Amino acid sequence: MDATSHRFRDNARHALANGRLKESLASFTKTFPEKRQKVIDRLPEFDALRDEGVRIKNHVLANLDFYLERFEAKATAAGAQIHWCRDAAEARETVLSICRAAGARTVTKSKSMIGEEIAINEFLESNGVRPVETDLGEYIIQVRGESPSHILVPAIHLKGPDIAQTFREKHTALPPGRALDEPEAILREARTVLRGEFLAADVGLTGANMLVAETGSIVVVTNEGNADLVMSLPKVHVAVASLEKVVPTLEDAATILRLLARSATGQDITAYTTFATGPKRPGDPDGPDEFHIVLLDNGRTAMLGGEFRDMLRCIRCGACLNHCPVYAGIGGHAYGWVYSGPMGSVLTPSLLGAHQADDLPNASTFCGKCEQVCPMRIPLPTMMRHLRERQFTTGGPAAKGRGALKVWAFFARRPALYRRATALAIGALAFLGGGRGRFRRLPLTSAWTGPRDLPAPQGRTFQALWAERRRRKP
Amino acid sequence: MSSAAPRVGFFVTCLVDLMRPSVGFAAVKLLEEAGCQVEVPAEQTCCGQPAYNSGDRADAIALAKQVIAAFEGFDYVVLPSGSCAGMIREHYPRLFAGDAAWEGRARKLAERTHELTAFLVDVLGVTGVTAKLAATVTYHDACSGLREMGVKTQPRRLLASVDGLTLKESAMAETCCGFGGTFCIKYPEISERMVDTKADDLIATGADMVLAGDMGCLLNIAGRLKRKGSAMQARHVAEVLAGSLDAPAIGEPGRTS
Ligand code: SF4
Repeated sequence: MDATSHRFRDNARHALANGRLKESLASFTKTFPEKRQKVIDRLPEFDALRDEGVRIKNHVLANLDFYLERFEAKATAAGAQIHWCRDAAEARETVLSICRAAGARTVTKSKSMIGEEIAINEFLESNGVRPVETDLGEYIIQVRGESPSHILVPAIHLKGPDIAQTFREKHTALPPGRALDEPEAILREARTVLRGEFLAADVGLTGANMLVAETGSIVVVTNEGNADLVMSLPKVHVAVASLEKVVPTLEDAATILRLLARSATGQDITAYTTFATGPKRPGDPDGPDEFHIVLLDNGRTAMLGGEFRDMLRCIRCGACLNHCPVYAGIGGHAYGWVYSGPMGSVLTPSLLGAHQADDLPNASTFCGKCEQVCPMRIPLPTMMRHLRERQFTTGGPAAKGRGALKVWAFFARRPALYRRATALAIGALAFLGGGRGRFRRLPLTSAWTGPRDLPAPQGRTFQALWAERRRRKP
Repeated sequence: MSSAAPRVGFFVTCLVDLMRPSVGFAAVKLLEEAGCQVEVPAEQTCCGQPAYNSGDRADAIALAKQVIAAFEGFDYVVLPSGSCAGMIREHYPRLFAGDAAWEGRARKLAERTHELTAFLVDVLGVTGVTAKLAATVTYHDACSGLREMGVKTQPRRLLASVDGLTLKESAMAETCCGFGGTFCIKYPEISERMVDTKADDLIATGADMVLAGDMGCLLNIAGRLKRKGSAMQARHVAEVLAGSLDAPAIGEPGRTS
């Protein structure tokens, strides 16, 4: 997908004007946090589990080369083929050449954010290979020509009638008078259409939630079971995963799975959790003849050495999106790229590069809810602040109010002058207020007074009144 | 006796200083009634949070040094704001991490810094106040107070002792109001959606008044309530606890003194 993160402000304005989106977001950002809370309340050791998850990931990040090499050795021994790719372009070429070698015309896909990150669909399509999304939400947005608005629930911005209409327009071979009012009917129709695609596909393309170094396995979780068909029906399976997905052992993978499902969807465990190790062996009833694993860096090792390293602990659970009041207002598309919400506000600038997503880390109130719910205890606000600090010197929205901030700081650093200046200014402002108690409009304050009244100051500063009180009774 | 009274350095915070000094006097009253000897160092202006959150480390550090120097002689530093208190307690030590001359001083100050209601309840062991208010109120948990300073039960405990007062919780009490310092003027449309959601949630309680412990949120919330034509009043929790209700509520007409 083409990033529009640099147009964040326009995107956000557009999103805020969309009444349907407001409804979808309101119900989604209520139900998901509730579900999560319920399932966590049932698990008293959840916080200890978080600590363990953080420990595992920190350990991996400190020994990333070791575990990646071990993973490669184990996966290769099991018959998988490993492809190391530095960036998105290399990964795309690698996937395409595997498809070409297999003579592939159709590729089935299960939901993969790394697939979105490298824009694999557009690339395959333009090279004559037809990708078909098989996760219901991804399928819906694929036929609509949209991008996901949530890393877990890609079509969360849509409502039933939107989807029904899309299906009527796209599935022209089906009877036009059919009923599509119920979600079940939509699901049934998608299933019917996709069944043929599953069987016709030459290559199956998945991401991976984890790579297990101990066994050389990839782990893929879904709630629809579609990934299992994508992995086992075609003769070739390609999994694309970024480097930080590796974990040392199966035990570690189990720990993270327990965190993931609870944080993501409020489930104890996802409906389908699949460990895939190597291609089909002699005697296996099914499985692909070839199993390729693309290990993609795409900016990860650059993050490893710097102040955004903690971000590499992210397991893409989406909890920070589900709980973010800014996301709840504008939805995922406004962020302009595959990753949205607080995690996107840190990842997108890191991965897309300087000045491609400058608004994102600024568009946060630092309310701290994301860090509170992140199973990996990623200090998201702290990292957004680091990004602002960078902008303050190199330019960007954080530097925009720089002049005013410097003037204010000039006074704030000189307490006696500050006291005199503020007493005058506040007195003048209170005078303008004229006892009405608030302003509906005031020159130079339109950003404040656009949406809300400005309460008028009481008239004297505390410092001035306190000095008087001290003179009266020292 | 007076030698045993804890010496409290009161950091009034810039918004209370400039916009609503009555909150500062209410806080001082509460502290004095609880047996503290309260002083207000003249060398205070702002804790530096606006600079810090805008990426301006240099000014944040300069202001933090000014605060540390002004307040390090006291037994405690108390603020009528969870946000500014969080800045001193959570972020000053980080600002000076690795700075041999200042890190220790920042840490020491951080350890002695408290949000007003948490200080009264957790440190001084205050269990109730003598104020009266016949009204139904709802409470907004300001983000930094809640998540950085652990302020949640303390104001509610004190409010429970106010004669005649009923507390009605809102569904989204812990959700950000969309103030966020400079956020609200940098992203006014997003802030508008957030504060509108907040206002609707508060109005749904049917309460007469919303209370909170941070002036930033209160100015934002009161401003939106007024813009929506709501009759709900907004006040800092200290005003109610101290029984200092002479000043009109935030954004209401009338002269203070
Ligand atoms: S940053 Fe944390 S909460 Fe957000 S998706 Fe990643 S792991 Fe989940």
